[in-house]
Amino acid sequence: MQNATLKQLAEALASKAASSEELAQDYLTRINALNPDLNAFITIDADKSLNEARAADARRAQGQAGLLTGVPLAHKDIFVAEGWRSTCGSKILSNFVSPYDATVVARCKTAGLVNLGKLNCDEFAMGSSNENSAYGVVKNPWDRLAVPGGSSGGSAAAVAARMVPAATGTDTGGSIRQPASFCGITGIKPTYGIVSRYGMVAYASSFDQGGPMAQTAEDCALLLNVMAGFDELDSTSLERAPEDYTRELDTPLAGLRIGLPKEYFAEGLDGEVAAAVLAAVEEYKKLGATVVDVSLPRTRMAIPTYYILAPAEASSNLSRFDGVRYGHRAAEYTDLNDMYEKSRSEGFGEEVKRRILTGAYVLSHGYYDAYYLKAQKVRRLIAEDFQRAFEVCDVIMGPAAPTAAFDLGSRASDPLQMYLEDVYTLSPNLAGLPAMSVPAGFTRTGRPIGLQVVGNYFSEAKMLGLAHQYQQVTNWHQQAPVL
Amino acid sequence: MSLTLDEIQKIARLARLRVTPEEATQLQSHFSGLFALVDELQAIDTEGVLPMSHAQDIALRLREDKVTETDRRDALQAVAPQVEKGLYLVPKVIE
Repeated sequence: MQNATLKQLAEALASKAASSEELAQDYLTRINALNPDLNAFITIDADKSLNEARAADARRAQGQAGLLTGVPLAHKDIFVAEGWRSTCGSKILSNFVSPYDATVVARCKTAGLVNLGKLNCDEFAMGSSNENSAYGVVKNPWDRLAVPGGSSGGSAAAVAARMVPAATGTDTGGSIRQPASFCGITGIKPTYGIVSRYGMVAYASSFDQGGPMAQTAEDCALLLNVMAGFDELDSTSLERAPEDYTRELDTPLAGLRIGLPKEYFAEGLDGEVAAAVLAAVEEYKKLGATVVDVSLPRTRMAIPTYYILAPAEASSNLSRFDGVRYGHRAAEYTDLNDMYEKSRSEGFGEEVKRRILTGAYVLSHGYYDAYYLKAQKVRRLIAEDFQRAFEVCDVIMGPAAPTAAFDLGSRASDPLQMYLEDVYTLSPNLAGLPAMSVPAGFTRTGRPIGLQVVGNYFSEAKMLGLAHQYQQVTNWHQQAPVL
Repeated sequence: MSLTLDEIQKIARLARLRVTPEEATQLQSHFSGLFALVDELQAIDTEGVLPMSHAQDIALRLREDKVTETDRRDALQAVAPQVEKGLYLVPKVIE
């Protein structure tokens, strides 16, 4: 059962081969055994999880079960869940037990999915290595000396280590795709606006998007069916008819046009990663796809564009943490301003402070036009570059990251270096496009490599379908670390 | 471009953050690297390009002006650092 997919677990529950309570108990046993070492979870609450599992079994006994009722998963600790401590990886929320559910959490509950806990992540989703969590680093299950990636590092590590069959993640600049790549799992960031942001604590609101992370593309499609949908509580949620994201899983790939952006294979890309990605493209050719060269000329400029716009939005979003309504308040202070400053300075970690200060600076009088407005204009040019590319191809493929997972601590002293390595994942967020990472091989030292697929707006079903077809002829996604 | 230590302290005050002199020095070096990269944007011709503030060009929805929320004051204030009689307590602002 350990390597079972969501689909297999759903079948086991439907055939009464297992109960939800048994499944939850099995996974909790594995979580308790592995978490002291891997640190993928921030909060585990067996009683709560088992209660949800028993409720799912009762629902099934009454004939009320849906497809995924009773199947376990876990949530990135960016999503608030009623009655659960919801920290966002930050000290400032260390005592925050949420009085409400994020819409994603509520939708999972309605579907009968069982929450096994809250997963570690970079503080407020700001980071690419999970080293910015106030609750300690997460180790990569494939190699404990390596980072799991970030910011959804706990989600990726937990799925890779088979502590959970699937997890939720969020992606503002690559935070689903890069850890999925580093941990050898499948993850998709949908088109902006498809998954509700309500209760998904905001980092950069015009980029933040939740999505599923699992072993297979098929499982991601099943979970996206639960997560996606219009929500009036999110002002930027898109009003669209519900979609079945599994509908193209069996679509043959003959005639599929794959665009390879030359900028994604330029200097800076590790040789082993390039080879694995190109081998995956060869596999797609065998499945009937054709390949065309495209250009995304402003790929590198996505880095400064993103690292102006996202911190600007963050500085505004994180002003809500003031020690008044929730979260940490300093023990002693002289006046209101002193209370704000002390509470925030004690509660936020270094990277969060850096981004708040960057944002406050680029939005300040005299610099707004030169930085913020300029970056917003370049953002549009980057989005238009993608549309030009999609005139000649159906999807774009390339690496998710320039290298496989790097060593813990190797980038921690140089945040700018870490920003530069987000080069392949940032642009789809700037444009709002769906993008995913699919396991496509390993380095000689056994660290996973991910293939990034970027689609046009609302092409999730097609992307999940072409990833599923690839997973029918490869077994990278079935490999699990020995733990 | 690079920021002076005074400018960094000023931004920190605007953001309601405390920055120690050592942190300010580290931030100065971080900003100088980051803004060297950012300055490369100036070379991109954006004449006539509309700023893009959002991934989807959608208008904000309107809703009927009616009460939809229930009273959850107690639950929401249960997570506050300091409340009394349904009010959030903060240090005295007006003498």
